[in-house]
Amino acid sequence: MKRLAREPRVVFGAVVLLALVVAAAAAPWLAPHDPLEQDLLNAFQAPAWKGGDPTHLLGTDSLGRDILSRLVYGARPALVVAFVAALCAGLLGTALGLAAGYFGGRADAAISRLVDVWMSFPSVLLCIVLAAVLGAGLHTVIIAIIVIDWTRFCRVVRAETLVQKGQDYVASALAIGLAPARIVAAEILPNVAPLLLTLFTLEMGIAIVVEAILSFVGLSVASGAPTWGGLIQEGRLYVNQAWWLMALPMACIIIAVLGLNALGDGLRSVLDPVRTR
Amino acid sequence: MSALLDIDGLDLRLDGGTRLLRGVSLRVEAGRIVGLVGESGAGKTMVSRCVLGIAPANARVAGGAIRFDGRDITHVPEDERRHLLGRDIGFIPQNPMTALNPVARIEPQVTDVLRMHLGLTREAARARALELLAEVHLREPQRVLRQYPHELSGGMRQRVLIAAAFACRPRLVIADEPTTALDVTVQKQILRLIRELQARFGTAILFVTHDFGVVAKLCDSVAVMHGGRVLETAPTASLLTQPRHPYTRALLAATPRFDRPAETLQPIPAALTRELADEVRELDAALP
Amino acid sequence: MSGSYLLKRLLWALPTLAGVAVVVFVLVRVVPGDPIAMMLPPGATAEDVGRLRALYGLDAPIAQQFAAWAGQVLRGDFGVSISLRDRVAALILGRLPATLELVLAAVAAACVLATVLAVAAVRFRGRWPELVVDSAAGLTLAIPDFLWGLLFILVLGVLLPWFPISGRIDPTLDFDPATGFHLVEALLRLRWDAVASLVWHMVLPALALALPLAAALTRVLKGSLVDAMNQDYAVLARTKGYSRTRTLWRVALRNALIPTVTLTGVQFSFLVGGTVLVEHIFSYPGIGNLAIAAVIQRDLPLIQGLILTFALLFILTNLAVDLAYGALNPRVKQA
Repeated sequence: MKRLAREPRVVFGAVVLLALVVAAAAAPWLAPHDPLEQDLLNAFQAPAWKGGDPTHLLGTDSLGRDILSRLVYGARPALVVAFVAALCAGLLGTALGLAAGYFGGRADAAISRLVDVWMSFPSVLLCIVLAAVLGAGLHTVIIAIIVIDWTRFCRVVRAETLVQKGQDYVASALAIGLAPARIVAAEILPNVAPLLLTLFTLEMGIAIVVEAILSFVGLSVASGAPTWGGLIQEGRLYVNQAWWLMALPMACIIIAVLGLNALGDGLRSVLDPVRTR
Repeated sequence: MSALLDIDGLDLRLDGGTRLLRGVSLRVEAGRIVGLVGESGAGKTMVSRCVLGIAPANARVAGGAIRFDGRDITHVPEDERRHLLGRDIGFIPQNPMTALNPVARIEPQVTDVLRMHLGLTREAARARALELLAEVHLREPQRVLRQYPHELSGGMRQRVLIAAAFACRPRLVIADEPTTALDVTVQKQILRLIRELQARFGTAILFVTHDFGVVAKLCDSVAVMHGGRVLETAPTASLLTQPRHPYTRALLAATPRFDRPAETLQPIPAALTRELADEVRELDAALP
Repeated sequence: MSGSYLLKRLLWALPTLAGVAVVVFVLVRVVPGDPIAMMLPPGATAEDVGRLRALYGLDAPIAQQFAAWAGQVLRGDFGVSISLRDRVAALILGRLPATLELVLAAVAAACVLATVLAVAAVRFRGRWPELVVDSAAGLTLAIPDFLWGLLFILVLGVLLPWFPISGRIDPTLDFDPATGFHLVEALLRLRWDAVASLVWHMVLPALALALPLAAALTRVLKGSLVDAMNQDYAVLARTKGYSRTRTLWRVALRNALIPTVTLTGVQFSFLVGGTVLVEHIFSYPGIGNLAIAAVIQRDLPLIQGLILTFALLFILTNLAVDLAYGALNPRVKQA
């Protein structure tokens, strides 16, 4: 724990993640206005630092909705997608990776082949097909991320399992007659856990970006509800009149992603000093 | 008369302070062949690299001087040294398998020095390269020019490299164990070729080797190195018959010769190695 | 790298394409959600829906639909777009040249940028240029590519209004191209005003596409160059009187390109996929932009046509990468 607290990347990442969680959980109390409340008379208000009305700290959009409130509420879909998608992709990838690494032989060959084929298939096409099939919505975003990114977990977990399997403690567990499932659960899983935590954190960052992309092109939650990608899309339309409409949600995404990446990299270097590059 | 290559008390150190060469002195007169002999790690390759200006990036010449044709080239900037290399000083590398650029045809690898240093046109350089390849007894030089290194045998590649080293008629050629990586039969041909070119053009050669057999056949004089020092320098004949330094004697006794049975080979005595190491330690302690 | 090898590779691509076609066709049809219902105004009767379904052939069994569609595709007929009510083939062919010009510009930019930066970093190893190149590549890769396009709009399009941020050419310009390859055509017709406008519009989207590729290329190429400079042949070049810079360009670069192409080959096909988003961000009239519109409208015939087009582009990109590899490596060339 001490080492974690001393690693600046971990501290920075943890602060960002915490801020994200607080914003998402306490959005109704934190946001100064209803994010959907329109006020056409007060559209395109400048942010307070540019001399705008201080009741709208970050100004208003084309329909007079409060930007700050929309940004705060936008943390919700971002965090939900990041968490659920990363978790499911992690579970699926880990299960297959463990199976491949532990059982080897034909199971390994089949799963590895699948991963290769999967990764050579361009993710954009996969995304388009899925979106065309499932229609727009948060579930599409989550499923798309799971379907595309389980391979990341699978490859790493498989490789790590192969390494761990060669270690003496697994051999001795086998020698005393433990069942494969118990060995996986009791011996291998705890040893790949730090790696999984790192991957999970990085995947959350990726998921936030994918959610932003899909809501940007209009394939995430229905328009109106605030998402960072959606806010960027609206801001893009008025970028020549009010550039901050696009810049503010972009800043949110960049900070969130950099924070989660820093957390992931920091965790990797603290939990697994050998592999640090 | 001053020597063509005059290395005087050369000290080479790593940035950390470790000494690689300890006051190496060596003279190569114009038109002569000087052997530089020693076990691996003795520092003989390092001497040749210093002359060529390709010493490791973390090594510095801490003392002494290298003079070529009377001119001190120890610390000349790379841009000036460049005009000597390839033109006045040729180099034959140790391993012909890795020394040719694998993605380029042979032609540019022979003609580059001609065009760079002599300013020949592409056509003139090609015509000259054909002559050069014929000089090193490569058959079908036309064809060889169009081939890639991987299409040639090790011996053929070494011939190409020798042709390139002699292309500008340099006054000095540095050969760094040019036969070590080759088959025994090819070794002999390559040595004969170097000897032949040397005799024809009067080139001086600094011949780095660990093989006294090669020295006996080729060299006018020999320097024996160990631990970054030159222990003994003498004309080849007298060094082989009356070695003065005990290490030279030990090294000779450890060299297989056709005129004595293999059983008489002596390993270098451990006591001698220890003694030499102690000397080096004392030497280093005396210096800052 | 003979003609028969090329032919073999192209034949290999056919089953891949067929596979993609089948998967997409089936997937798109087995799921809930009715594109026909979306086409009709609210209040349309079930009969109206049925008639329209029959018109688009959506009422037959899947196998039959596929057979009919595949037969048409083989004859170059991709059907009619539901949302744009135009022939799919015509729509795609009309937009494809714009995407191709953009992709080629981006690939060229990425390769030139990466080569210059990597060579500079290795030439001045341990000094400030290396530091700058390393940090730039790190930063580029740390921020997702999607945001780079938007950052360009914000910084180079709005805050410093140097470049246009949408479209392909200044619409007020009197330029009436006969083909879709506007840039090529403008160059051939010596219409320099049109060339300038086209290039000007292309700068930001091409850079946004090229940047992630350039960063990845720079990293790999730099590592390969360092390796190559330590090889015997590079050292030998130095002893022949090559300067460091000349050794890098003339000797190390071509050797370093071989592992670079191997390691980054797949990134080139990512770039083709990247056009979808970049074209949308910059309102650039190519097939990527069309694809997003098609997905949002759930325009099945158009989606199928576009996916096949993209799959073909991916295959061709991979083929081009393979050919480049063969051209660089003489040992492959003669095999």
